[in-house]
Amino acid sequence: MTTTDSPPAPAAVRPRQRRSGDTERGFSRVFRWISTGAGALLLGVLAAVALFLIVRAFPAFTAGAEQLHDAGKVPGSFGSLLGYVGPLVFGTLLASVLALVVATPISVGIALFISHYAPRRLASIIGYVVDLLAAIPSVVFGLWGVYVFSGLVGDLWVWFADVLNLILGANVEASPTGRSLATASLVLAVMILPIITAVSREVFLQTPKLHEEAALALGATRWEMIRTAVLPFGRSGVISAAMLGLGRALGETMAVLMILSPGLSYSFQIFDSGRHTTIAANIASRFPEANGLAIDVLIATGLALFVITLAVNMLARWIVARRKEFSGAN
Amino acid sequence: MAQRIDVKDLNIYYGDFLAVQDVSMTIDPKSVTAFIGPSGCGKSTFLRTLNRMHEVIPGARVEGSVELEGVDLYGADVDPVAVRRTVGMVFQRPNPFPTMSIKENVLAGVKLNNRKISKSDADELVERSLRGANLWNEVKDRLEKPGSGLSGGQQQRLCIARAIAVKPQVLLMDEPCSALDPISTLAIEDLIQELKKDYTIVIVTHNMQQAARVSDRTAFFNIAGTGKPGRLIEMNDTATIFSAPGEKATEDYVSGRFG
Ligand SMILES: Nc1ncnc2c1ncn2[C@@H]1O[C@H](COP(=O)(O)OP(=O)(O)OP(=O)(O)O)[C@@H](O)[C@H]1O
Ligand SMILES: [Mg+2]
Repeated sequence: MTTTDSPPAPAAVRPRQRRSGDTERGFSRVFRWISTGAGALLLGVLAAVALFLIVRAFPAFTAGAEQLHDAGKVPGSFGSLLGYVGPLVFGTLLASVLALVVATPISVGIALFISHYAPRRLASIIGYVVDLLAAIPSVVFGLWGVYVFSGLVGDLWVWFADVLNLILGANVEASPTGRSLATASLVLAVMILPIITAVSREVFLQTPKLHEEAALALGATRWEMIRTAVLPFGRSGVISAAMLGLGRALGETMAVLMILSPGLSYSFQIFDSGRHTTIAANIASRFPEANGLAIDVLIATGLALFVITLAVNMLARWIVARRKEFSGAN
Repeated sequence: MAQRIDVKDLNIYYGDFLAVQDVSMTIDPKSVTAFIGPSGCGKSTFLRTLNRMHEVIPGARVEGSVELEGVDLYGADVDPVAVRRTVGMVFQRPNPFPTMSIKENVLAGVKLNNRKISKSDADELVERSLRGANLWNEVKDRLEKPGSGLSGGQQQRLCIARAIAVKPQVLLMDEPCSALDPISTLAIEDLIQELKKDYTIVIVTHNMQQAARVSDRTAFFNIAGTGKPGRLIEMNDTATIFSAPGEKATEDYVSGRFG
């Protein structure tokens, strides 16, 4: 019956089945259709988005430099589409990676505290607060970032830059307005903290008791037990949690748009304003006034973001799959 | 090296549930003591109080005292971490750390205890511990391979090597052979006879022949019914327990007339 060309037996000659067997088969067939359909739909949507981006960005790829410069479709100082997309990608990656670097250790710390240190009541309260953080709309984060946070950290950045310049002889510039990439990254860090914490906590809670007890029985303190049993077990989970967070940071629009005073450069002056912007924020700010080729250019930058996000997700999957055999889920 | 254990009037709780009641016993140094008894009578629970692993479970606590060479393990100024370094433990299911190599597994406890160890000392300790656990010849060519790649019996011996690498005084084993085949079981039983020269050994087992083969003294635990606390019924030389026990319940149990 494995050959594909033999026709399926007609229903009439199939052996009669018990009624319950029939319904069960009916259910599982329906379920299979639903799940296959959902999967196909998801792929379809993904493909449609990709297709839309590629088709609509195409004119921007083929347009000449003059056309692009015409009426400021690409800001004057950039000779080509790539020259324009480059700093945008740079700003997006810089902001997201900084946010990740800040958020991951804090999230892992909170997750460990919840899973292994805090008494049960306190743990559930903290878990709840972290979940609440995830429920705050990004526009609220943006407002808070502009009106409260940037003012607070602006002075800090200035002081920080002064110290660095004095001690290291560096040339760090800082804007007292605080509307810089560093501020935006910190706000992004707060925004991606809940997802990283929640996933890490779940992973840490699943550490086999067997391995925790093995460490404790060797005379490990609680922290040593975490280092020998919990962290190695949770590593791949934390990595995928971080990648989820990175994905969110890459695409975050509103908060960055509101906080960051934009600019386009490959600069590491993260404390200065008017140096960077991100792809998503850039699209959101320019889209209302754009038309014709300018829209195509923006869509091309959107395509770049799409590719980056896809690459991050694939990287995360690859890392997790690669570590699976050492993860100890035996 | 080996030390004597005195347990006095020990009650063991899980929260409000009294799991084991009023146990007093003495365990001689450099001897093998076997705990036998029906399932649920508290053998594991009692064993885990001997290195303060019991209190790792939320709500778990004890009353009474456990003395190691006259020092109460439950004294106010005693650090449970230090207790566990002195009283090692091997679990029912082999549990090498899956992310570590064989060598790293052996050194895991040592790395915790005094952190820095020179490469040559480490190599020597790995070899000595693995030889002590009768595993050296089987793994000497693949020390860098993951410990979880070994067979169940080898993994259990790796866990024993890991436990003796920190040079404990006492070694507790909770049904160390229950997941193993007869040949691996015999290997571990031989090993226990070897280890007895240096360590005080306490082993929980459901296998009467095993208790008879490896132990010098045997303690029989029993439980009156579900929800009732487990108790120590009697403890004596192994030969006496199996040939002329003092209690009817013991006789029924060892002769197989009991669940
Ligand atoms: N973590 C726990 N929380 C609450 N009660 C427990 C816990 N572990 C064991 N108990 C209870 O304590 C009693 C003794 O259990 P224990 O595991 O010590 O028995 P045992 O003699 O080792 O049994 P077995 O031979 O099956 O291993 C049982 O009634 C059991 O239900
Ligand atoms: Mg048990």
